Amino acid sequence: MILLLTTLEIKDLHVSIEGKQILKGVNLKVSQGEIHAVMGPNGSGKSTLANTLMGHPKYKVDGGDILVNGESIVGLTPDLRARKGLFLAFQYPLEISGVPLAQFLRTAYRSIKGDGQQKTEAKGVGGEMISALAFKKKFEEKLKEVDLDASFAKRYLNEGFSGGEKKRAEILQMAILQPSIAIMDETDSGLDIDAIRKVAEVVAHMAGPEIGVLLITHYQRILEYIKPQFVHIMAHGRIFQSGGPELAKMLEERGYEWIAGDCGDSSVRKTLTTHVMREAVES
Amino acid sequence: MTTTQTLDIDYTKYNFRDSDATYEYKFPKGLNRNVVEQISKIKNEPDWMRQFRLRSYEHFMKRPLPMWGGDLTTLNFDEMLYYASPTEKKSRSWDDVPSYIKETFDKLGIPEAERKFLGGVGAQYESEVVYHSLREDLAKKGIIFADTDTALREYPELFKKHFATVVPPEDNKFAALNSAVWSGGSFIYVPEGVTVDVPLQAYFRINTQNMGQFERTLIIADKNSRVHYIEGCTAPIYSTDSLHSAVVEIIAKPGAHVRYTTIQNWSSDVYNLVTKRAYAYGNATMEWVDGNLGSRLTMKYPSIYLLGPGAKGEILSVAFAGKGQHQDSGGKVIHLAPYTTSRITSKSISKDGGRTTYRGLLHVAKGAKGVKSTVRCDALLLDEYSRTDTYPYNEINEDDATTTHEATVGKIGEDQLFYLMSRGVSEQEALSMIVMGFMEPFTKELPMEYAIELNRLIQLEMAGSVG
Repeated sequence: MILLLTTLEIKDLHVSIEGKQILKGVNLKVSQGEIHAVMGPNGSGKSTLANTLMGHPKYKVDGGDILVNGESIVGLTPDLRARKGLFLAFQYPLEISGVPLAQFLRTAYRSIKGDGQQKTEAKGVGGEMISALAFKKKFEEKLKEVDLDASFAKRYLNEGFSGGEKKRAEILQMAILQPSIAIMDETDSGLDIDAIRKVAEVVAHMAGPEIGVLLITHYQRILEYIKPQFVHIMAHGRIFQSGGPELAKMLEERGYEWIAGDCGDSSVRKTLTTHVMREAVES
Repeated sequence: MTTTQTLDIDYTKYNFRDSDATYEYKFPKGLNRNVVEQISKIKNEPDWMRQFRLRSYEHFMKRPLPMWGGDLTTLNFDEMLYYASPTEKKSRSWDDVPSYIKETFDKLGIPEAERKFLGGVGAQYESEVVYHSLREDLAKKGIIFADTDTALREYPELFKKHFATVVPPEDNKFAALNSAVWSGGSFIYVPEGVTVDVPLQAYFRINTQNMGQFERTLIIADKNSRVHYIEGCTAPIYSTDSLHSAVVEIIAKPGAHVRYTTIQNWSSDVYNLVTKRAYAYGNATMEWVDGNLGSRLTMKYPSIYLLGPGAKGEILSVAFAGKGQHQDSGGKVIHLAPYTTSRITSKSISKDGGRTTYRGLLHVAKGAKGVKSTVRCDALLLDEYSRTDTYPYNEINEDDATTTHEATVGKIGEDQLFYLMSRGVSEQEALSMIVMGFMEPFTKELPMEYAIELNRLIQLEMAGSVG
């Protein structure tokens, strides 16, 4: 039997927002079972990459391609991308009033898991009940794993959640929807070290042959808990260096300036230096 | 962004008419003194009611159309029918109901609803109540739940004592019209100290083209009693104008608790011009829960007169205006006694050029000390062609009144849609979700079945809004 792994392939991707070019030829390949970290300072295009992969209508693909299992998804709406196994953990999750978290996730689950699920449920009230119960059980289990209490089931999607709760709710959604490829956009930002550890532990727990992770971050801290096999450094809309975990380690020891030096681009050097200084101030 | 989406909705449910319904006493179009006399005669009413109708008719004729609110200039009173009755006799058991009417009710899901939690069902088909069942234990408690015509015959004293005391015919042009030609509606009396533990409900429908429906509802909740009445409407779709002009009067005596829930989904040619008013005496609580979908024009401002110390009033309303529709609605609270409290929450949604208007009145009379009131109106605009306006009127005559007023206008953001869609939900579903979420403070007050029905109606209304 051949094991089919979902692969996300980004080829020479050029993206602009409102006429302003942000991504200038990004190449990256993530397969199920792999953990990739994309690191880089603010403004390097990391979040643009994340939003473009998921299909935010504001981000325009000017060139290149995004392929899932060899098929282009550039023309697909975000919901169809989700059904192909992609997931984006948002840097700033939105608040949707009046939509209870559990109810929303059940709708999403059914949308993604598709017809098989719906057919079972269409069999009658009994089938619906069992499925609802099974979902409830799964939901409560995952809620516990991300350390959110049971009241969150009925709370409205992200409304009034603290920063940390929002990020944990994103991980909860990811755990329930079981994507093949999860893009995590600065999941560690705005969290204290304990919260980062908690979130990272859940992600690390989920990691395995089932899931490919594209972890976008500008701090190394989260990489202490989620160990990437591949590290990519991004600046000015390009990935200019890729490597193994040793790259993150080197970054940790030497900061972005080392890369900037390597790059030889003075504007990059300036950005990176500023970033490193800011990080030093923040920590 | 375009997606195709199949919603699991039975569209025929909301758009059908019976072809073989036969009408007795079908009147010619138009209104005159003779029509009013005839209605009273057919109903075999006492003379005081005949005179009341004629007095109301005279007032209707001389009263000008209101100069505010929605556009009434296209409303042609001469093109309306003012009375029709499908069956002469009222039925008490389901078996007695004519089969074509049963089919209509089946399509509306009435028997199911009844099986689940109904105490009594009064379903209005045209102007007469054809089906009315009352669970025995309710009758044993002395609760009266009848159609208004029957109540006039069977409880003449109770009826005469309260009828038109809350909304007199001279109140406004449409109250006068209703008073002249009223037919059907619900009459409820709950004796002192009695709690009606299941909601009472009636289903209203308009079925004849150009037929006005003028039901008249009167609810009397005696001291320390408790009752919840639900009225739902689903009208079939017609191309020419139809008029619905109801009057609802509620009397909540000291300590009583009355909730009146309405969801109306009129076809887009209906004028829905309704007067709803409640009197709440000392420590009584009155709650209007009012949902308005469809219609060409709705003008409806449920009001509460807080007449005794400690009385409470709550008005919770939702309005949805689509293409060619104007929902001019809101609420009025008149604080006439000290330590009375009120809350008005209004939610409105406009799309495809639809228009919603919030029109509210908060009045605190001189001498009404320690009043507390909160007014909140939230409007959601789904596109730039739609419109919403807010007209809050405040007349505060006591310095120590605590009143707050909040109004918001929102739009659905691209980022919100992206967020929901990134979880696999289609654009259509995401839009519906946001709209239903916006209405949630209203929906959560409804019995489960009504909440589901309302959400389905919203999904239906939202269908085709993606393009």
